[in-house]
Amino acid sequence: MSRNPQDFHPLLRLLHWLMALMVLAMMFIGVGMVSTAGPLYPALLALHRPVGIAILVLVLIRLPLRLATGAPPLPEDLAPAQKLVAKASHVLLYASMVGMPLIGWAMLSAGGYPVVVSGLVLPPILPHDLQIYALLRWAHTVIALLFFALVLLHLSAALFHGLIRRDGVLRSMTSGHRRAGRADP
Amino acid sequence: MPPTKPMSFGALAVIGAVALALPLGLAWAGGLIGPHRINGGDVTAALEDNGGLHPGYRRAHAKGLCFSGSFEANGNGTALSRASALRAGTYPVIGRFSLAGGNPLAGDGRNVFHAMALRLRTPDGHEWRMAMDHTPIFPVADVASFIALQRATKPDPKTGKPDPAAMKPFLAQHPEVKAFQTYIAAAILPDSFANATYYSISAFRFTDAAGTTRFVRWQFDPEAPLSGLDKKHLDALPRDALFQEMIARTAKGPSRWHLKLVVANPGDVTDKATVAWTGAHRTVDAGVLTLTSVQPEENGACRDLNFDPTILPPGISLSDDPLLGARSKTYSSSFNRRAGEGVHPSAAGQDLAKEKGQ
Repeated sequence: MSRNPQDFHPLLRLLHWLMALMVLAMMFIGVGMVSTAGPLYPALLALHRPVGIAILVLVLIRLPLRLATGAPPLPEDLAPAQKLVAKASHVLLYASMVGMPLIGWAMLSAGGYPVVVSGLVLPPILPHDLQIYALLRWAHTVIALLFFALVLLHLSAALFHGLIRRDGVLRSMTSGHRRAGRADP
Repeated sequence: MPPTKPMSFGALAVIGAVALALPLGLAWAGGLIGPHRINGGDVTAALEDNGGLHPGYRRAHAKGLCFSGSFEANGNGTALSRASALRAGTYPVIGRFSLAGGNPLAGDGRNVFHAMALRLRTPDGHEWRMAMDHTPIFPVADVASFIALQRATKPDPKTGKPDPAAMKPFLAQHPEVKAFQTYIAAAILPDSFANATYYSISAFRFTDAAGTTRFVRWQFDPEAPLSGLDKKHLDALPRDALFQEMIARTAKGPSRWHLKLVVANPGDVTDKATVAWTGAHRTVDAGVLTLTSVQPEENGACRDLNFDPTILPPGISLSDDPLLGARSKTYSSSFNRRAGEGVHPSAAGQDLAKEKGQ
């Protein structure tokens, strides 16, 4: 496939938008779930686990693909500090996407809960230990909130590139550029 | 910033709106803004208010005893559910006896509910967790009423009993509690954990291999004959009488219960645990629970488990009873709180330690 070097791999773009929806949905399901003792609670919990595991599976496909196909270069006129923030935030975004489902899974294991996802039993990945459970339960919330802040930063930066700078950075993750080698008109 | 591209006020407004809308949406989903939602913390707070704060213990049914044993399914239950726990076979069980209330050091005579919790695990890795009481019905039907019940029945520090001035308006607003009071006034209060019948309280949905779904309530019927405590002299009962009795009884031999699955008749109420199913019902004897050993909570496997009655194997699922979701969330909040508070000795454990020291 002759891919424009200014764009992300098409499969990465598909995974990005699919996972963007899932991650945002997970955050709303998560906070909604812990905020109610009503009939919605079991329904949201039943959604939260399979979507979380689906995110883990997808990111484990996406991360190697991203490492293999790389990312288009950032605009040359971007300040070095901005480039550094961009790179670091992407590392943290990937770390959160891998980390959050794993912490959830580990947390259930440490809490002595069966880890059942859509009828499928997953093995425990940590021994049953209440102190570890308490720590992971706390971490799951704190990291989720930091992850949400990171997503907001990422989204604002993308819109800034797309609406104000119009430098092709946003397009590299959406429709892509026209032909290989051609600059943004 | 390339100077050739002018800043657009509209574009900035779009970015600002998105960056503001998402956190606001999340705050709404999390119940921080908008109408107040009852959450698990509200229920645990009400329980802590009623029973006092006892770090490291369950917020409800704080006083307990662990046990282990097995469930031998005879296969009859497969007529109602494809749950593997109901297929003929023997499955390990971990359980917990407890008394209602949030005080782990309370006397055994004063607690209304005698409860049995079970975790039944099958070789396919699925679990069936149950949290049952020795009453077939529950005093309230929903979580708001449960909180109101905790507030109304908070013991008066002077008398140790609920304040009648708080109970009166509560009962006026909750006529459904009457059925429970009538039941409890007439019922025998079991003088042992071993001779009580334990009920699922809520209805659940059972699905058989053909996909047919029925509402079922279940109960564990004891083999030991029921005898009751003297209700007039409950105050005279030693603090841990029921727990000591169970420990002594188990040293002599196992205790057994039959799991009876009771199928709803057309018209039976399935969304209110306050309403009993009366009259003739199709009942399936699905097997025998055998309790072989008991352990004080501090060294028993039950202490660090959350007996969340919504942890169910395939073939059994939740009914429309709102108490189930509320219990799941509340148990989870209670579990999270005590998990971070560390291990504390149980009342029965304290007494056993004293005896050994003498």
